Amino acid sequence: MGTPWGGKTAVADDEGALSRILLAPALLYIGAVIGLPFFLSIWFSVSDVTVSSTVGHYVGLENFRSALEDPTFRRALGNTFFFAFASQIIVLVLSVVLAMALQKEFRGKWFVRLLILLPWVAPVSLGSIGWLWMLDSIYSVINWMLRAAHIFGPQTWPIWLGQPNLARASIIAVQVWRTLPLATVINLGGLSSIPQDIHDAAAIDGAGFFRTLFQITIPLVLPILLVAVLFGFVFAFTDMIVVWVLTRGGPYDMTQVLASLAFFKGIDGGDLAGASAVALFLFPVLAAAAILMLRLARRAEVM
Amino acid sequence: MRARIAHWGVVIAFSAFASFPFLWMLITTFKKTNDLTDPSHNPFLFTDGMTLENLRVLFEETLFVRWIGNTLFVGVLVVLITLLLAVPAGYALARLSGSFGEQLGIGIFLTYLVPPTILFIPLAKVVATLHLQDSLWSLVLVYPSFTIPFCTWLMMGFFKAIPRDIEEAAMVDGLSRLGAFTRVILPMSVAGLLTVVIFTFTLVMQEFVYGLTFINSGAKFTISVGVPSFLVRGDVYFWGSLMAACFIASVPIAFLYNLFVDRFIAGFTVGAVKG
Repeated sequence: MGTPWGGKTAVADDEGALSRILLAPALLYIGAVIGLPFFLSIWFSVSDVTVSSTVGHYVGLENFRSALEDPTFRRALGNTFFFAFASQIIVLVLSVVLAMALQKEFRGKWFVRLLILLPWVAPVSLGSIGWLWMLDSIYSVINWMLRAAHIFGPQTWPIWLGQPNLARASIIAVQVWRTLPLATVINLGGLSSIPQDIHDAAAIDGAGFFRTLFQITIPLVLPILLVAVLFGFVFAFTDMIVVWVLTRGGPYDMTQVLASLAFFKGIDGGDLAGASAVALFLFPVLAAAAILMLRLARRAEVM
Repeated sequence: MRARIAHWGVVIAFSAFASFPFLWMLITTFKKTNDLTDPSHNPFLFTDGMTLENLRVLFEETLFVRWIGNTLFVGVLVVLITLLLAVPAGYALARLSGSFGEQLGIGIFLTYLVPPTILFIPLAKVVATLHLQDSLWSLVLVYPSFTIPFCTWLMMGFFKAIPRDIEEAAMVDGLSRLGAFTRVILPMSVAGLLTVVIFTFTLVMQEFVYGLTFINSGAKFTISVGVPSFLVRGDVYFWGSLMAACFIASVPIAFLYNLFVDRFIAGFTVGAVKG
């Protein structure tokens, strides 16, 4: 890296200089559109800046204090954790089942894979609109099917997005729906990296399906499994789209999450300082998730 | 036999769960409004016959075509910026910077995890300061913030898979290091570049938070923001046209994406999967 510029070596052949020149534009861009706004948001969170003010004043931790005293914020904080944990625990189980089913070769597998990937490829906002229509208070096709199957009696017609607990369950269901494909294909990669002789050896030793699953397969793919779920966790934890589309945080802010609350506060309400403080509560968890991911990646490599 | 039935049961149940919303979009697209809102009708049958009216309304009376154009405009420019910045960076990380490059690569990838929901508030102020409020250029400027990290990482993995001998042979033949990259390695990397193009484009199509924050006028939305915020007027939902829009904007690109998905997943698990 220490080779000096110019001189007798042309830049096109000087590896140190060349690598700096090839890397610099990307690094500068990332610094300008991620690094700068990140520090700006830290400044906003300790200031009183609004949409219309040009300069803010330092107010210390006032924004964090008033956020923590606000019951809506506390509920949003709880919801954010609850939605992310609940959805990813479900994804953890379902993605293993689905990945094991997809590991076998069968006719039409490419089509099944396409169907299963759809929720991941489709824009989240549009997929969520599909769910909004399926969960409609009057024309819900889900209610219609459950009634046709006689699971619901003639009097039962839940208003999915209008009752706090049902609305929370609906949001978790949509988060599961959209993050399951990624976890499944990541797990599929992990499963197929287990050498066949391990399965053969287990079969010779007479290990049954569940014994093989819990004592061999899952321990071997655990690091990859956790990476898959961590990605899902980060996506679900930081998401505002599902909530924005399905409930707008309602009824009565009961399903608000940090990201959607920051949006309503900062963009609809103009309180940039307060909104930055709310959004920054996401950061420690993200940092922890990133560190955990790096640890896991390292552990998997020495496996 | 029991294992086979269980296997198909699992496959069918999950396929149904994943694809049902899209099937329901497709059915709704061709339904007449009266058919849709009559609770005595079976929602899966076309009791009153099929109609193309919802599609006509979508294409003729809404800004849907405009939004497709906007999305393409932003998409093409962001793809160009991403290729221009991420491909050289990926090469430098793969070949030129030793173990420092590895660390830096991981660092760049981690910035992909910094979500728009942390950055959109300060960026709204930055965009306003640059007088890019309500302009598609604000999206062109900001979207590379998530496409560059991911694509740099993707290309780094791709270049690492190309044997070093190939460049060394080219350099013995008299090409410079840079020449070996542009004239020998890049032409071999068309598949990797195509992957970057597809994923950048899908990421642009999916983005919602920045679009909702920076853009105010209906004619300037991209698809993912225009459809949910503009085809819903107050409490009036045009379900037929709305579902048609969702289906058209979701399903075709999934076919394209499906061809490249293995490479994309490899990007997520480099380091987590040995080899």
